[in-house]
Amino acid sequence: MSGRTTIAADRDVCIGAGMCVLTAPDVFDQDDEGLVVLLTAEPADAAALAAVPLCPSGALRVVTG
Amino acid sequence: MTQAPPVPLHMQRDRFDPVEELTRIRQDEGVRELETAFGARAYLVTRHSDVREVLADATRFSNAGAFQPPEDERSEQQRERDRAGMMLAFDPPEHTRLRRMLTPEFTVRRMRRLEPRIVEIVDEHLDAMERAGRPADLVASFALPIPSLVICELLGVPYADRTEFQARTGRLLDLSITMDERRELGRANQAYMDELVARARSAPGEDMLGMLVREHGDDLSSAELSGIGSLLLIAGHETTSNMLGLGTLALLRHPDQLALVRDDPAAAVPAVEELLRWLSIVHTGVLRTTTTEVEIAGHRIGAGELVLCALPTANRDPEVLADPQRLDVRRGAPGHLAFGHGVHHCLGAPLARMEMRIAFPALLRRFPNLAPAVPYEDIGFRAYHFVYGLHALPVTW
Repeated sequence: MSGRTTIAADRDVCIGAGMCVLTAPDVFDQDDEGLVVLLTAEPADAAALAAVPLCPSGALRVVTG
Repeated sequence: MTQAPPVPLHMQRDRFDPVEELTRIRQDEGVRELETAFGARAYLVTRHSDVREVLADATRFSNAGAFQPPEDERSEQQRERDRAGMMLAFDPPEHTRLRRMLTPEFTVRRMRRLEPRIVEIVDEHLDAMERAGRPADLVASFALPIPSLVICELLGVPYADRTEFQARTGRLLDLSITMDERRELGRANQAYMDELVARARSAPGEDMLGMLVREHGDDLSSAELSGIGSLLLIAGHETTSNMLGLGTLALLRHPDQLALVRDDPAAAVPAVEELLRWLSIVHTGVLRTTTTEVEIAGHRIGAGELVLCALPTANRDPEVLADPQRLDVRRGAPGHLAFGHGVHHCLGAPLARMEMRIAFPALLRRFPNLAPAVPYEDIGFRAYHFVYGLHALPVTW
C-alpha cells in the first residue's frame, strides 16, 4: 500500500456532537457553529482513526492514496 | 384495586441488567416483534451492529413516522402544534434546521466554560447534604437537583418553578399513566413553556431561550421555541439525574471501582463512559418507522412498520467487548450507544458527560464512607419509566 491515510470531514453531514473533539483534540475542533474543523492535514494517527467510527452522523471518512 | 400494567418486555430489567429474555433475543433471533407500552406492535432490535445501523439510517428508519397512540383524538392542527420544535419527531432536513440552531450551545468548548459553575453547583449541594446530616435521599438531595439547576440556568427556566414542572415531566415519562392524564400534563407543560417563550420574546436574556429569540426569532415560531424548550428541559433533567442516582448505587455495589473513581482524578472520564454503557438508562429511544422494506439480522420487515432499538442489550453485546456483563470503570468503552447514534445522537451529551465527571468524584470525596442506608433489596428501581433509574436512594456516611 502506498500513499498516506488522512481524514476527510463533511461539514454538511456534521451534527456537532463533538465526539471527534473528545477523541482526538489535536486533530479536530468545532467552529462557532459547533461544526467540525480539521486542524491538520497530517496523516491520520490512531486517535484520529478511532474518531471516524465514533462520529454519530457519519461525517468523518478515512481517505487513502 | 387496579393492578399495575405489565412492564413491556423491552423495558424489563433485573436491577442493573436487562432481563435474560432480552439477552436471549440478542443471542438467538436478534429481532423480536412485541407489544409496546401504547399497545402498538414493533420490532425490537437488540444487537449492537444492527442498532447502530438502524440509528445511523434516518432515510430508511424515520423519526417522523405517523404513529399515533390508539386513543389519540387530537386534531391534525393540534398534532402539528405538539410536534413543533420537537427535534426527535423530525427527519433531515427539517431536523437539521432545528439542530443546527442548537449545536453552537453544546460544543465541547462551550461546556468547558460552564465547568466552574457546575463545580460550584455540585459543591453547594454537597454542603447542603452535609448540613442536613445523615441519612439523606441521594436522588432528592443530589442526583435530581444538580442537573435540574444546570439546565434551568442554561435554558432560562426559573429554578423556583422546579417542583411544579418536575412533577409534570416525571409523570409524563411514566408509561403507565392514562392517555387522559398524559394529555392534561402535556397541555400544562406546553402552557408553562409558552409563557416562558413569550417572556423571552419581549425581553430575551443571556440564556438559551434568549439566544434562540435573538438569533433565530424570525425563523422560529413560538410553538417551535416552546417545543425546543420543553424537550431540552425534560432531556436535561431525566437523564443525567438518573445516571447520577443509579450510577452511585452501581459504584456502591462495586467498592473497588468506587475507590478508583474517588481517589484517581484520571478515573472519572473512562468511568463515566463505562457507567453510561453498563446502565444504558434510556431503554430504547424513540420509535422509528420503516420507509421501505428492510432486512435486519435476517428478518424482513415491511415498509411502515415500527422499530425499537434496545440500548441495554446492544451495549452488552459480546461481539463488541469482552465480558460485557461486568462493570469495569477502567475500560471506558468508546463506541457505546447510550447517547444513541446517527443524527439524533444526544444533543446534550457533552453537558451530561461534564456534569457526571464533576459530580461522581466530588460526591465520593466529600463522603468517603458513603453507603446505602437501607438493605439493597429495599431500593426501588423505576420500572415504568421511559428512562430507567431509582425512585430514591437512602444513603448515610
